[in-house]
Amino acid sequence: MAMIVEGRPSTAGTAAVETGRSRRFQRLRRDKVLVALGLPGAIALILFQYFPLLGNIIAFQDYEPYLEITEAPFVGLENFSFLWDGNPAFLSAVANTLILTVVQAVFVFPIPLLLALLLNSLAGERLKRLLQSILYLPHFLSWVIVVAIFQQMLGNAGMLNTFLVQNDLPMVHVIGVPELFKALLTAQVIWKDAGWGTIIFLAAIAQIDQEQYEASAVDGANGWQRLWHITLPSLKGIVILLLILRLGDSLSVGFEQIILQQGPAGIESSEVLDTWVYNYGIVGGDWGMSTAAGLVKSVVGVLMVIGANKLAHAFGEQGVYRK
Amino acid sequence: MKAVALGVAVLLVIIPFWSVIATSLADKEAIAASGGGMVLWPGRMSFEAYKAILSGGVVTRALGISIAITVVGTVFSLAATTGLAYWLSRRGAVGVRPMTTLVLGAVLFSPGLIPSYLVVKQLSLLDSWWSLILPVMVNAFNVVVMRAFFQGLPRELFESAAIEGASSSATLIKIVLPLSKAVLAVVGLFYAVGYWNAFFNAMLYIQSTEKWPISLVLRTYVVNQTTIGGEQVGAGAEVMPPQLPLQMAILVVALVPILVVYPFLQRHFAKGVMTGAVKG
Repeated sequence: MAMIVEGRPSTAGTAAVETGRSRRFQRLRRDKVLVALGLPGAIALILFQYFPLLGNIIAFQDYEPYLEITEAPFVGLENFSFLWDGNPAFLSAVANTLILTVVQAVFVFPIPLLLALLLNSLAGERLKRLLQSILYLPHFLSWVIVVAIFQQMLGNAGMLNTFLVQNDLPMVHVIGVPELFKALLTAQVIWKDAGWGTIIFLAAIAQIDQEQYEASAVDGANGWQRLWHITLPSLKGIVILLLILRLGDSLSVGFEQIILQQGPAGIESSEVLDTWVYNYGIVGGDWGMSTAAGLVKSVVGVLMVIGANKLAHAFGEQGVYRK
Repeated sequence: MKAVALGVAVLLVIIPFWSVIATSLADKEAIAASGGGMVLWPGRMSFEAYKAILSGGVVTRALGISIAITVVGTVFSLAATTGLAYWLSRRGAVGVRPMTTLVLGAVLFSPGLIPSYLVVKQLSLLDSWWSLILPVMVNAFNVVVMRAFFQGLPRELFESAAIEGASSSATLIKIVLPLSKAVLAVVGLFYAVGYWNAFFNAMLYIQSTEKWPISLVLRTYVVNQTTIGGEQVGAGAEVMPPQLPLQMAILVVALVPILVVYPFLQRHFAKGVMTGAVKG
């Protein structure tokens, strides 16, 4: 079929006189099998990624679940009132979200890098592979499983406390304590994804030119100096890229993870923006307001990625997309 | 020093798995000896907990449902993703530019929770197993990964296929797919794990208890510690084991499929993941 060869006119000679529309039709006929193969995926994407965007219209409506979207009356920005009326539940959700974002950026982000450096320093290729396989595994478990495992390990009747009690030591309460909830969430995120996060750093480390290390060894640099002057600078680009990507997600902090554990921890310490949207909208029935909150969240997320990318360009890094 | 740090990290992963499995196999005496808690050594191994949950009843049914959703969903996802990625990988084909923009746009943002719910509702998918498959059928990031892989295949292959007169579907089946096993395996694994683990969509969209996949059963009986009684286990269970081994057995059966496919696929991980990260 002709479609393989790029730029070849669909029908030689007549192409120049054809109108744009009929030429497009010709190309469509030529590529119909390709389009047919791709269409189911394209439709699914449009239906479930782009179509919901229209649903955001109810952020500006007084929507009731039994109404058709076209029937609901428009109320302007009324649903966005949580932004300026100081709704305490919303403010506390925002505060919890931001705290978790910062805590996770500080404690979660560096650990995969550290693990990757440790793994990389191992001599045996086989041992390295084995350890990697073990460390990647938790990434593939669902949050339900991870939360259940943490309960069994750290809960009041869990393994840790059983051990402490049997040895006449005081029990440690970790699960269901509001003050420790954010620490618990952070520990779970680390347990689940720190190993998985090493993949990208290991790949980046593998791409560093080995001659740099040899040359520095000749110049008498020790291990720490090589790490500081060669490895870490080489990873700067990837670290910035990952930080930018995180920034876009920074208002989404572990939705499934939190909703599973809200009961024992209590709403005050555990409500974040995502759970607020769920609890007020789908559970509480205030559809318009929670859609408005979700919309604000998405817009802020996109703006943060764009802003962070600008910043990256300013520092001479590539960022997620080019200028 | 380094070895100790790595050793601790690995133990932190292994010990929980170990004790979950050991507790699921523990008999009454071993559980009693630990004061009703988790054990590190099951004593005399007992398979009563597994017999109870696998002899028909809530867990057995949920397992069947999850397996069906995972298999059907993964097949649908792989077919749709491969088709779309193949189309977009052919530079110069009709519609490639606008479609690529659409896919990249979908990588950047996610639709809101409530608008997504409304679409599922409008399509009358609520309380249907399709609500767990169709909304997540195509992951834009996976399309980007596959497209990058297809574009990386040698150009000459396509040219010679065209000269031989192969149609684009024949080229896909005979040439592209056999060369793309690694990326198909990785993307397929990601989809399968996603379907198997699906919790939030199930909580949102599935209302009838008898349609629950395994993740909802896990939440109810293990995370929320709802007591498992005679009604929840099958008729084939002769004795009722203590709650904890029952719960841990549910946890283990939810884990096993992942543990089983994992070793076969993990050698492809780094390659598949990096294709997406570098070229995407």
